[in-house]
Amino acid sequence: MMKTLLVRGMLAGLAAGLLAAVFAFFVGEPSVENAIALEESHSHAAPHDHGSGSGSGGAEPHGHSGESGAAPEAGHGHGDDALVGRGVQLTLGLLTGTTGYAVAMGGLLAIAFAVAQGRVTTLRPRMSVTLLAAGGFAVAVLVPFLKYPANPPAVGQAGTIEDRTALYFGFLALSVVTAMVAVAAGRAVADRIGAAGGGLLGVGTYVTVMAVAGALLPAVDEVPGDFPGSLLWDFRLASLGTQVVLWCVLGLVFAVLTEKALAGKTRGRGSRDGLAVTVGQ
Amino acid sequence: MSQTNVVSVPRPTAVRIPLREIVPWAVFTTVLALLVLLFVTTEAGAVSLVSDGLVHEFVHDGRHLLAFPCH
Ligand SMILES: [Zn+2]
Repeated sequence: MMKTLLVRGMLAGLAAGLLAAVFAFFVGEPSVENAIALEESHSHAAPHDHGSGSGSGGAEPHGHSGESGAAPEAGHGHGDDALVGRGVQLTLGLLTGTTGYAVAMGGLLAIAFAVAQGRVTTLRPRMSVTLLAAGGFAVAVLVPFLKYPANPPAVGQAGTIEDRTALYFGFLALSVVTAMVAVAAGRAVADRIGAAGGGLLGVGTYVTVMAVAGALLPAVDEVPGDFPGSLLWDFRLASLGTQVVLWCVLGLVFAVLTEKALAGKTRGRGSRDGLAVTVGQ
Repeated sequence: MSQTNVVSVPRPTAVRIPLREIVPWAVFTTVLALLVLLFVTTEAGAVSLVSDGLVHEFVHDGRHLLAFPCH
């Protein structure tokens, strides 16, 4: 059963990654390209913030297009002399990124369903999966995004990437752990005060903890003053949209596949019950 | 009669996979997922395991558009 669920979760992830890449290509890439164009024009004018001495990981040897030796520019290779050309980055690379992420999430969603079904939720499988996927999106994407929103190229200082990464994943991990604790607490309470009370307690606990943590953790404020606000908005909307598409497809496809995988079992049980009734009558 | 009718209500939610069947798969999947996530979201950004930026550049746009910190 676990193998079946995992395979189906990852298949759903494959579909989700494909469609998310299509969305990201058409909706997101224009703003990525615009941001890179801005970044390049900046790095020509003045060596911006992307210095090479940014700790362990930041000193990448490749620079921007045709700037070899001009400035100590060691941010990203977007240009001609990059390791991976833009044409590959915005097609195959994008597809690989979204698909890898979605397949991983599909596997975790399958595990979450296996644990939750019959323990936390007694809804039919496709409803449980849909709710879990919605919750997964909220916990793993939306809440971290609200505190630390996505940034396009040209936004963010190379020297702080390690701090920003630590903050983002710290907040993400806190969100996931808090959600699991909140679900367990709500489930335990639901036995005594009912499902509505348990649900309310779980959601309330999660929202409270995350709101307090969000207020206490430091903000990241690195948008250059001359970066166009509309471009920043377009990019952030596109990246959130990419994640929405990904989690919607993941949830819906896995819901259908899981319902089918479990249909044999439940129908078998149902018909046995039916048989018992016939015999009983 | 009424008792048997209660039993006959179809229960599509009766599936409940034993935890000891889930745990090994959960460990396996989590490790694999974290490894994939590391490459997609962080490799050669804040953490660098294998490459000189090749993986980073390859999945670069996905990293940005999935809302992970990159630059
Ligand atoms: Zn980047």
